[in-house]
Amino acid sequence: MTWGWPALAGLVVGSYALKSLGLVVLGDRRVPARVEELLGLLPAALFGALIIVSTFASDRSLVIDARAAGLAAAAITVWRRAGVLVVVVAAAGTTALVRAIS
Amino acid sequence: MAVGVFGVSFGVVATGAGLSAPMACAMSLFVFTGATQFAAVGVLAAGGSPIAAIGSGLLLGARHIGYGLALRRKLAPGRVRRLLAAQILIDESTLLALNESDPEAASSAFWWGGLSVFVGWNLGTLLGALLGDAIGDPATYGLDAVFPAAFLALLVPLLRRRDGRGTALAGAVIGLVLVPFTPAGVPIIVASSGVLVALAVRDPEPPPAPELPA
Repeated sequence: MTWGWPALAGLVVGSYALKSLGLVVLGDRRVPARVEELLGLLPAALFGALIIVSTFASDRSLVIDARAAGLAAAAITVWRRAGVLVVVVAAAGTTALVRAIS
Repeated sequence: MAVGVFGVSFGVVATGAGLSAPMACAMSLFVFTGATQFAAVGVLAAGGSPIAAIGSGLLLGARHIGYGLALRRKLAPGRVRRLLAAQILIDESTLLALNESDPEAASSAFWWGGLSVFVGWNLGTLLGALLGDAIGDPATYGLDAVFPAAFLALLVPLLRRRDGRGTALAGAVIGLVLVPFTPAGVPIIVASSGVLVALAVRDPEPPPAPELPA
């Protein structure tokens, strides 16, 4: 299977199912508070992994390349409470610069 | 503004990852949840399988179950209207609705907030996809670094809580350890188990409400 319209349709159906499950499908049924809490924290685990993998993974090896400089720039701008535009441009610009001079 | 910028970024990296512009736009129209879209495209860009991309995306979308449960008290009943509301159920619309105590105000905040993000996100994606198609190799412009930057911006609100920090760290470590041993995308999916760390480092505060990245 390669990425294409059927795969996209799968993502669309799955995303909508999750969005409608709590609001419509479950009706008045209650869900344990602990479960709701863990669902709310799930993105933290995923974002943590996604940051590391999208910065340091190259196929199946771990590398430190220009992307690491981009992440550092993103971290500094986030820490300085910059907006999304600044964060994204800083990360891409730094990475492109490091790549161009190395 | 932030939404539009995120949308442009998504359009650019999606086409950079090999999606056609119509497909990137269709994803924003019909999936319509940024974190899921960025994760799925990020896994594809790293060479992951479509199954891994869908799996990562849906794990990120699982939080919407909790949002839906919380919104039951805020949105008017009526099955058809709620089925429509589910499409624009995202971080922003949920946060806006939960911040209003009056049901009528909550409902209008949800719909106006959700629809304005829908417009901004989709216009941004269209612009970004056209831009991405035009510029050629994304690596030349450092666009592969947009992924970690976007994920970091999305993560930051969750880092204010102790269990959020513990969970993020656990996910990062699991991902790092698994990269050499598993196909692309699998480390992300397995890293979701990092949420179990939250059981160990519980925060006395109530469950995390959705927050907007700056």
